[in-house]
Amino acid sequence: MRYLPLTHTDRRAMLDVIGAPDVDALFVDVPQEARLAGPIEGLPHHASELAVERHMRSLAARNTAAGDVPFFLGAGAYRHHIPASVDHIIQRGEFLTAYTPYQPEIAQGTLQMLFEFQTQVARLYGCAVANASMYDGSTACWEAVSMAARVTKKRRAVLSGGLHPHYVKVVETMAKFTGDEIAGNALKLEPGCDENVLIAQIDADTSCVVVQYPDILGRLPDLARIAEAAKAHKALLIAVNTEPVALGACVSPGEMGADIVVGEGQALGVGLQFGGPYLGLFAVRDPKHVRQMPGRLCGETVDAEGRRGFVLTLSTREQHIRREKATSNICTNSGLCALAFSVHMTLLGEQGLRMLAAENHRLACRAAARLAALPGVRVLNDSFFNEFTVVLDGYDAREVVRALAEQQVLAGVSLGRLYPDQQTLAEGLIIAVTETTTEDDIEALASSLAGVLA
Amino acid sequence: MNAPNKSGWKPVAPVSDAGAFGGPPTSTGNRALMLEEPLIFDIGTAGTTGVDLPQADPAEPNRLGAFARKAPINLPGLSEPETVRHYTRLSRQNYAIDLGLFPLGSCTMKHNPRLNEKVARMPGFADLHPLAPATTTQGALAVIYELAEWLKTLTGMPAVAMSPKAGAHGELCGVLAIRAALTARGDARRVILCPESAHGTNPATAAFAGYEVEDIPANADGRVDFEALKARLGPDVAAVMITNPNTCGLFERDFKRIADAVHEAGALVYCDGANFNAIVGRVRPGDLGVDAMHINLHKTFSTPHGGGGPGSGPVVFSEALAPFAPLPFVEKLADGTFHLVEEETAGEHHAQSFGRMTAFHGQMGMFTRALTYILSHGADGLRQVAEDAVLNANYVLRSLEDVLDAPFADAGPCMHEALFSDSGFGGGLSTLDLAKGLIDEGFHPMTVYFPLVVHGAMLVEPTETESKASLDQFIAALRSVAERARAGDESLKQAPYYAPRRRLDETAAARKPVLAWNDPNLT
Repeated sequence: MRYLPLTHTDRRAMLDVIGAPDVDALFVDVPQEARLAGPIEGLPHHASELAVERHMRSLAARNTAAGDVPFFLGAGAYRHHIPASVDHIIQRGEFLTAYTPYQPEIAQGTLQMLFEFQTQVARLYGCAVANASMYDGSTACWEAVSMAARVTKKRRAVLSGGLHPHYVKVVETMAKFTGDEIAGNALKLEPGCDENVLIAQIDADTSCVVVQYPDILGRLPDLARIAEAAKAHKALLIAVNTEPVALGACVSPGEMGADIVVGEGQALGVGLQFGGPYLGLFAVRDPKHVRQMPGRLCGETVDAEGRRGFVLTLSTREQHIRREKATSNICTNSGLCALAFSVHMTLLGEQGLRMLAAENHRLACRAAARLAALPGVRVLNDSFFNEFTVVLDGYDAREVVRALAEQQVLAGVSLGRLYPDQQTLAEGLIIAVTETTTEDDIEALASSLAGVLA
Repeated sequence: MNAPNKSGWKPVAPVSDAGAFGGPPTSTGNRALMLEEPLIFDIGTAGTTGVDLPQADPAEPNRLGAFARKAPINLPGLSEPETVRHYTRLSRQNYAIDLGLFPLGSCTMKHNPRLNEKVARMPGFADLHPLAPATTTQGALAVIYELAEWLKTLTGMPAVAMSPKAGAHGELCGVLAIRAALTARGDARRVILCPESAHGTNPATAAFAGYEVEDIPANADGRVDFEALKARLGPDVAAVMITNPNTCGLFERDFKRIADAVHEAGALVYCDGANFNAIVGRVRPGDLGVDAMHINLHKTFSTPHGGGGPGSGPVVFSEALAPFAPLPFVEKLADGTFHLVEEETAGEHHAQSFGRMTAFHGQMGMFTRALTYILSHGADGLRQVAEDAVLNANYVLRSLEDVLDAPFADAGPCMHEALFSDSGFGGGLSTLDLAKGLIDEGFHPMTVYFPLVVHGAMLVEPTETESKASLDQFIAALRSVAERARAGDESLKQAPYYAPRRRLDETAAARKPVLAWNDPNLT
């Protein structure tokens, strides 16, 4: 077996050192009836690299890669071009095969990268401090709700109807067990967001208001108005962002007064990967909230010779020190995805991110204009960045997506896919456009859509 | 100091005088190949970029409404050559499995096969959207299904939830399923019992899920005190969470008896599967009475640790808990196609699911790697994994027990990790000093000060992917540092001397946190 270096001679010699007659003697503490006599039956035995690769390649071939067809899916996961050097760097063994930096003297590479990453995220979000990452946007969202309850000592969270429905489900699932009260709102197919509804729902018992920006339909809610109302009731505004590239063109949530900003960082460096691993981003605007944050934090310090260095810090918030009193049970986070994000962001820089955002927006506007010209298609949004919603009058968008998939066009995410039980949303189709979308792709979508709707 | 170990191997390189490189200081702070690297904020500028994109045309239409960004973000950029050099130089300040043995106990730092990386990057897996129509993702759903089948068979458990994102997330999944099952039968039990030796995530998870946590004491041979546990069981106890093999590196001999007693008292058994590597292919947790167990794919099934994740923590379930597993999951239909069960269809035959733990279907990129790893090993290879992992750990234990106190070694063999204590160290030296001395010898230290039940604990997990020669080098190095610790060698207190950094001031870092570049310090 190519991954196991011990030879039979080695094993014999080692057993002699140990003083054991055979390897079975090392499993003496396992009750006899629980010991398996040989390899588990009915399972294949070891296979060559060639054979395994062939099998996996055959499975991969049964999927339609996004890059092979006109592709318009978003709704929380976005396809962007990842510069070749990103993947090269994350495959360096010193990053790929390192552990969590518990011994900082020999983990400065990971630690300095995390410090840079935290700073990049904080600036992008308009916040003071970001942590070293969470699992993904949806779990970061729940952690933010949980943190808001700790900060405000209140337990009622108000959720915008524009929050990704899977994020809503994650929050509702957790709240069911913790006893937090969740005031949800139904998504409506309207050009504008539900700021007024949310503001009316904030009361003295409210711990936080959770608003996605841009929201699930691609609309841009006015966070500043909601922040003001939240502040008046000593509640926190949690802004959720699932497309970080948007913040290259749009005002950051922190600038508009969001207290906690969380999101999905997958769009930069990480790739689609059928939903994971992704990258949870978590930041706070006011540094005084740092000690209530979940997850790992990397901080600057000096070594015994006075040289700048980095360590994991404020770990008295964490499970390995505080056990049942920790701010979260999170341990492993998304270190390598954070590296991919950070390398991509470093390659972009301010100028690159702004150009990337502008190109996304230009193509999205182009696509929206093209689709709006089709009979029976209406662009819903007042405002959008690189994702917008069209209403297909009289059609169930799920059926349309299926029909277009058969024509090798991945047209977008139907609202029926996300809200199967809400008939009023069935005509909605969310369309994402990025720099990877070509004019030909837009034309292919428009013409095939026209064909299906005809 | 260069004494040969029992195998006769002797280090060939001379041991340097502690504390000095022996040469004059350099003007750069660099030491030949050991290169200092500034922050991107020191070297990058907002006007530099390593990508080529079209210049924005202000005449283009704008649909941002009132939300167009006005203020700068202040993100530095680097060209591609500068970027590659920056991160390459940073990477060289890291220790990694690719560089040497990484004996972190309970972390299972084994070799990460490169085929796994290649497979995960196949466009059919990597460039696939989680919400794409199921007709276009059949191969991906097949991967999830196939891996799920392997995990069920290897553990002897009837069901598995694939979506949890890491070990601790898997623990949470297991505990929520337990709570949902108890709630469904109208049973409002409030307490979860955890051994003192448990990973910190266990009590944190139980508390996060709304339970009170109580410790179970260990007995003198490093295992759960069965009588104490049994005495505590009662109508208020919802579950016990036990790691097996445990964090002392020992198999819980009484596990089945414990599970039977727990079930008899109406509670459920959570097994922390972090140490599954010791028994994979040789023992099925399902045969021991487990109700839920998470499997760290990044440990046993060798998906890379990546400097702190991403991990992946599928949870296997007993029949009692299977109906409460979270959404989504993959089903195979009669016609051989695969189908994703989500909220929409769950109502029909999975109405008791406790809900959803994450936005999409779990760590797909880890599933492809883990399945590749499993298929490479097969049932026979996985069994050999456990055997060699246990053999290597016992070899380390018996090769060092004369210089390091091994509190449970007299009672018999260990499993996949060997536990030592700081008993016998002279001159006020600590486990931390020994760990830092090991860094100078070119090895990553073992897990230190965990488990909490042993004073100055050192937990060594070599894993099965180390050769005998590699183990012999490590044993010789650890022996030499252990002998210095016993002799009270003061120079260890300042170690490491040869790492990219000397000891870092963690107290100052916590007292006045600087968590972002150029940001006002917190008070």
